Amino acid sequence: MSDPILHLDGVHKRFGPVHALKGVALEVYAGEVHAVIGENGAGKSTLMKVLSGAHLPSAGRITLNDKPYAPTCPIDGRRAGVAMIYQELTLAPDLSIEENIMLGIEGRRWGFARANTAAVREALTLLGHPDLSPRTRVGSLKIGTQQLIEIARAIVSGAKIIIMDEPTSSLSSADTRRLFEVIHTLRGRGIAVLYISHFLEEVQEIADRYTILRDGETCGTGMMEGVTIPQIIEMMVGRSLDEMYPKVDHAIGDVVLRCAGVAGRAFPVDAGFELRRGEILGVFGLVGAGRSEMLRCLFGLDAMAGGSAELASDAALKPGHITPGRALAAGLDFLSEDRKQEGLAQSMSIVENTTLSALRKAARAGFIDLKQDKAVADGWAERLGVKCHATTDPISSLSGGNQQKVAIGRLMNHDSDILFLDEPTRGIDVGSKSEIYRIIQELAAAGKSVVIISSYLPELQGVCDTLAVMYRGRLSRSRAVPQWTAQEIMNFATTGAAD
Amino acid sequence: MKIKPFLYRVLPFVGLIFVVLVSLLAIQINDPSGQDVANFVSLDNIRTVLIQTVVVGLAALGMTLVIISAGIDLSVGSQIALATVVFAVVVNGGSVTAPDVDRASWLMVGLAVAAAVGVCALCGFFNGYISSKFRIVPFIVTLGTMLIFRGVAKWIAGGEAVRTPPNAAQGFMDYDVPVLGIGVGFYLLIAAIVVTAVLLRRTVLGRYIYAIGSSENTARLCGIAVENQKVLIYVLCGVFTGLAGVMQYAFLSSGNPTIAVGLELNIIAAVVIGGGSLSGGSGSAMGTFIGALIMSILGSTCTMLGAETYVQEITIGTIVIVAVGIDRLKHLERFKA
Repeated sequence: MSDPILHLDGVHKRFGPVHALKGVALEVYAGEVHAVIGENGAGKSTLMKVLSGAHLPSAGRITLNDKPYAPTCPIDGRRAGVAMIYQELTLAPDLSIEENIMLGIEGRRWGFARANTAAVREALTLLGHPDLSPRTRVGSLKIGTQQLIEIARAIVSGAKIIIMDEPTSSLSSADTRRLFEVIHTLRGRGIAVLYISHFLEEVQEIADRYTILRDGETCGTGMMEGVTIPQIIEMMVGRSLDEMYPKVDHAIGDVVLRCAGVAGRAFPVDAGFELRRGEILGVFGLVGAGRSEMLRCLFGLDAMAGGSAELASDAALKPGHITPGRALAAGLDFLSEDRKQEGLAQSMSIVENTTLSALRKAARAGFIDLKQDKAVADGWAERLGVKCHATTDPISSLSGGNQQKVAIGRLMNHDSDILFLDEPTRGIDVGSKSEIYRIIQELAAAGKSVVIISSYLPELQGVCDTLAVMYRGRLSRSRAVPQWTAQEIMNFATTGAAD
Repeated sequence: MKIKPFLYRVLPFVGLIFVVLVSLLAIQINDPSGQDVANFVSLDNIRTVLIQTVVVGLAALGMTLVIISAGIDLSVGSQIALATVVFAVVVNGGSVTAPDVDRASWLMVGLAVAAAVGVCALCGFFNGYISSKFRIVPFIVTLGTMLIFRGVAKWIAGGEAVRTPPNAAQGFMDYDVPVLGIGVGFYLLIAAIVVTAVLLRRTVLGRYIYAIGSSENTARLCGIAVENQKVLIYVLCGVFTGLAGVMQYAFLSSGNPTIAVGLELNIIAAVVIGGGSLSGGSGSAMGTFIGALIMSILGSTCTMLGAETYVQEITIGTIVIVAVGIDRLKHLERFKA
């Protein structure tokens, strides 16, 4: 191969004390599909923002076509031939296809935008949509087609590198197919595609080469051919899978929670599952499928519109009656996916956050025994390995991983038997993730029943006993993890088809 | 590491000392003979300043609970006026005209205190219930009730001050009292500070108040019945305000429905100067007391300097902004660290 058109060497990015990128190396060649792989929080998004000009790197060298490349704003990136396609599309729904494609680069004559319909048509034809009229309003198009308009915009602007950030996360499998064909076309025209995804099967299918990021560093790069998915995961997590997903023997017992037809105001529509003592049930699905809402309804955080939920303790969680306080009393507990706004009170201390849900245990006649309160919290912080100066420090002084351990400590302190964990490892480093997986296994071994929601399939496959998939508010039957293939899971998650 | 939180905790004290020093300096410059400074630090003046802190101080302690929980109560000025009117009417045996007696009995005074406090607690219940159950922000609810309670006070009083026969309560706010040394009102304020401090720092309710103000979602997640707790917080605020109203009556010796207009802003200012944040989650009883004290010291200084009231207003306004500015700095540092 010739020289790389994009070359990154030793790129660092710091946000205050946070070192988001610690030496990223990346080489991208013309006409290749290059996958950038990494766990949530590995630095993929930051890297992409550096490339697009949204962030300036703190240190390091970037060259584009052998010239130093230092974009200071997104338009610089675009002028230099680097186009971004974000996960959240950035089209103006009320403008036409042509207006969207030409936005910001329209030719002008005396202040009036000049039509460039020919170039737009050419790009649409290239992308396999000669039938689309450039005058169509973008808001009326399906999501998959809208994404093509974004790609067309990149082509018309003369992009040499197109960066796609999780492009398939909201596409059906048919649309994903079409996208892959488009990517092949782009590659044929000598355009480099930087493809970011954590759907490893897809990545393996579409990419020629890969670069793996872990905790802000490049930790592997090579040809996609000949590499297996377990090998990729091991590189991503930096340890063997057995180490990443520690197993603790746990026996699965009788049913402790039986839900049927659970419905919320909008989502879920119809969700039912059985949870057994000592079982770890994973719930997979795309963002917006209604997974969080299902657990939030059951815990009384969102209104439950219908359905039933029976506990082994004979308590029933009735629609309109259930509140978080009653759910906690009935032996449920909930770990929020939103640590900052909901999971933890950021201005309160580690101690206060740890004991907040079971404060009465350390209180007599309404007065808190402050010594006991602190001793209890210190105990959990030590047991869960929370790294902090003092447990009286505000929770906001901790890293994400340590904050999450405090949040889990609160659940353990309350000692409910059924735990709902909503994205328990979102935004935390690999080391903390592994520790949290171990804690979850230990909880199951202690007879707790756990439901985990995650958008990251390998983690569910690594830590859960059983798995169910949600599609548009409907939950599949749960099956033992080995009885699902990744293909089946993705298929249900994107189409709702059982097979 | 540990020095900064400590500094922030003593910040209101530092502010207090600063205000006292600046006051002394200004008075000395204004009167180089030193006579005014001597007057300023005389026992009489100190007692006057302390007793003048009582009304705002008591109400601000209640407001502290509300503000820590990220709420606000704009109706406290009107509640104080209503309390003076209710007190006067009850002490009169249910009439807006004073009965023809030499002195009202202790029993009547006791009933009047209970009635004034009770009415304000009811006002607080109304504020808390309406804003919790109907999800109307407390700013709007209490803006409405500020007018409603004021109107009710005028209605009961018949539009005029309610005169009362001499009674024991009228001595609550004297600054020169035999044996006690200072009026009962000041001791009540001290007791209220202790109660509030213990409530906030040592009780489950206090922890819940901080939790609700720090993050209402987290509080709900942890099983706290946020709506009910909020109602309780406004009721407690009403109780403190009712006591402040009784002390206001003691100052006036009559029930006056037009008193304490705009006083809610001074009360909120005291909380804010004392480290309370309107976004919730911070504030303390001692800080609030110091905030109220700073304001009465400034008042006394301005009197001593013979300055117009506008000087006092401008100074207090500036201090509020500076206090909040320092508070913001604290938050910025927290997120940097």
